[in-house]
Amino acid sequence: MNRADRLSSLLVALSPAILILALFPAFAIPQTTADTAAALVGPPQNVRVSDTKGDEGGSITVTWDLSPDDHGGADTATAIIGYEILRSESAAGPFQSVGFAPKGATRFADASTHDGVGYYYQVVASTAQGGAAAAPVGPVMSSAQWFNTNRTNVLVIGLLLSGSIIYYIASARRGKKLFIRRIAGLEAVQEAIGRATEMGRPILYIPGIQDMDDVQTVAGVTILGYVARTIAEYDTKIEVPTSRSIVMSTARETIKSAYIAAGRPDAYSDDAVHYVTDEQFGYVAAVDGIMVRDKPATCFYMGAFFAESLIMAETGNSIGAIQIAGTAMPAQLPFFVAACDYTLIGEELFAASAYLSNEPKQLGSLKGQDVGKSIAMLAIASGVILLTLHQVTRVEWFLRAGNWVKDLFLLN
Amino acid sequence: MRRQVPLIITLIVGAVLIIAAFIPHHPFGRLGENFSLYFDIIAVFAFLLGGGNLVRIHGARFLRGVRTSVQEAKKGGGFWPLKFLVEFPFFAFGGLEDKRGRDWFFSLITLAGFFAMLYAGLFKIGNPDGWQGNVTQPGGLFQEFYQSMFNPLQATMYALLAFFVASASYRAFRAKTLEATILLATAFIILLGRTPAGTYATDWLPSWLDFFHIPNLANWIMAVPNLAGQRAIMIGISLGVIAMSLRVILGVERTYLGADEK
Repeated sequence: MNRADRLSSLLVALSPAILILALFPAFAIPQTTADTAAALVGPPQNVRVSDTKGDEGGSITVTWDLSPDDHGGADTATAIIGYEILRSESAAGPFQSVGFAPKGATRFADASTHDGVGYYYQVVASTAQGGAAAAPVGPVMSSAQWFNTNRTNVLVIGLLLSGSIIYYIASARRGKKLFIRRIAGLEAVQEAIGRATEMGRPILYIPGIQDMDDVQTVAGVTILGYVARTIAEYDTKIEVPTSRSIVMSTARETIKSAYIAAGRPDAYSDDAVHYVTDEQFGYVAAVDGIMVRDKPATCFYMGAFFAESLIMAETGNSIGAIQIAGTAMPAQLPFFVAACDYTLIGEELFAASAYLSNEPKQLGSLKGQDVGKSIAMLAIASGVILLTLHQVTRVEWFLRAGNWVKDLFLLN
Repeated sequence: MRRQVPLIITLIVGAVLIIAAFIPHHPFGRLGENFSLYFDIIAVFAFLLGGGNLVRIHGARFLRGVRTSVQEAKKGGGFWPLKFLVEFPFFAFGGLEDKRGRDWFFSLITLAGFFAMLYAGLFKIGNPDGWQGNVTQPGGLFQEFYQSMFNPLQATMYALLAFFVASASYRAFRAKTLEATILLATAFIILLGRTPAGTYATDWLPSWLDFFHIPNLANWIMAVPNLAGQRAIMIGISLGVIAMSLRVILGVERTYLGADEK
């Protein structure tokens, strides 16, 4: 047998083994497809890991630059569908999946870490056929912070506002005269109560449908105190249906206090304030029933309202009641404006108690608010000027300065 | 003293919660959530107070109504129980001159509804898993009441909104003043811009007049003047909330605390 024949025989003898070796990649699907995908798409670049800022611990933030093929994707089989985030306590692995970020995302917060444990992360650009992994990075440990640096701007603005409010309260205490603009809706309170007294009909007061943990309800109950004092003096009847039990108790105490202050504790009755239901539309049905039956001469709506605002205000309108509303729910304001005689818009609701009390200390807090408005106006004007200048001149600095002003008011 | 203690509690809790907003570290990090839970616990007990008040008010109204109805039936002489039954609908639905006893039938329905729901929910009547199951489990009587009675009633009340929107809009859009006229014109553009009619009406406009294409104009009104106005209101509200909260925390505003001991 010559050399060529021997080689030929050897090849024939080895052919099953060669065939198996040649076909092996077809059976080793995961490894092969990952390699195929790795060859077809690039892995994410510049993977960074850090402890999540301003949190209570237990979280690590992973950021990366998009894979160069993130924006491609006509071929669905090899298009990137997202980024899988893998984690391990050792650089060598094994890595476990801890989350998935959609295509185009460059950030993932892993909120399942234990403080003080070092973790390694790997980000994989995933396709339908597998993934292209970036090199593992780490170790990084999560920890709790004592100050949320993301809220520094809120702290500074909050201190500035609180400082100015406290300053004006102190000024008012010292006897400084403060000018407060006229609020038509509040000027009309006396007139509305007087009308009910003349007509011999009751007054209906709705303190919203939220509980006492909502500052709008606190404002509504506070205004109720001032309304009740006038009612006690005029000897008019008031009815306060509430949708929360705690509001009922608070409103009772408030009205009782007003009757005592007016020197008419005997005229007070607990029945003036009663609980109806926590359910929004059940409450509306009951209030509408009271309106239609008792025909109150005046209706007050002061607090937090939702879809029920218009149903109540329109029913009140249909019985010819004079209506004064106040809410800080922007979506309900148009309804109240359309259906009521007077509407306290947003901040006027919170200013009402100070305005009605005419106490210098309370009025001082309203002047403090003006400082906040001045800051807001200054920021808006400077932001508009800077961004307009950027549009006109295309100087990058104006854009950066404009964005800085915008970020100053971002809540984190 | 009755007012001093709540004021001190308000000051401490308010100050701690403000500080907690800036300190994520334990134990401050979850203080806000914990205080919300404490509030919920208090609210559960207060709910009993509310339920009790509801039963007392409507119970008294119902009894007063029945008493007055019986008295009315006895007035003319004869067999009064029969008279009571015949005149029952008139008495029940506002036929009485005594306003305090009027519409007592609705109080009866309220009480019946309250106790039926309480009974079905408390004893988990008809619940497929008995006492172990969730009270809102499908198949239970409580869920049955909720789905077949409460939900349709609620939907009916909500549906009234459509009619009220129409009547309120009619009044608001009457062009009596300059502001109302602007409102009317703006509303007209927005409504038209949200329908195919708006698209067809100004489809012929050349591209350089694209801004005046009604859907574009409607989008601009929503995105620019409307949004600017809403943001102005929101800024005012935020400042008002801060000022109000400070007044409450510092004890400047204390009307909500009620009467002091005399």
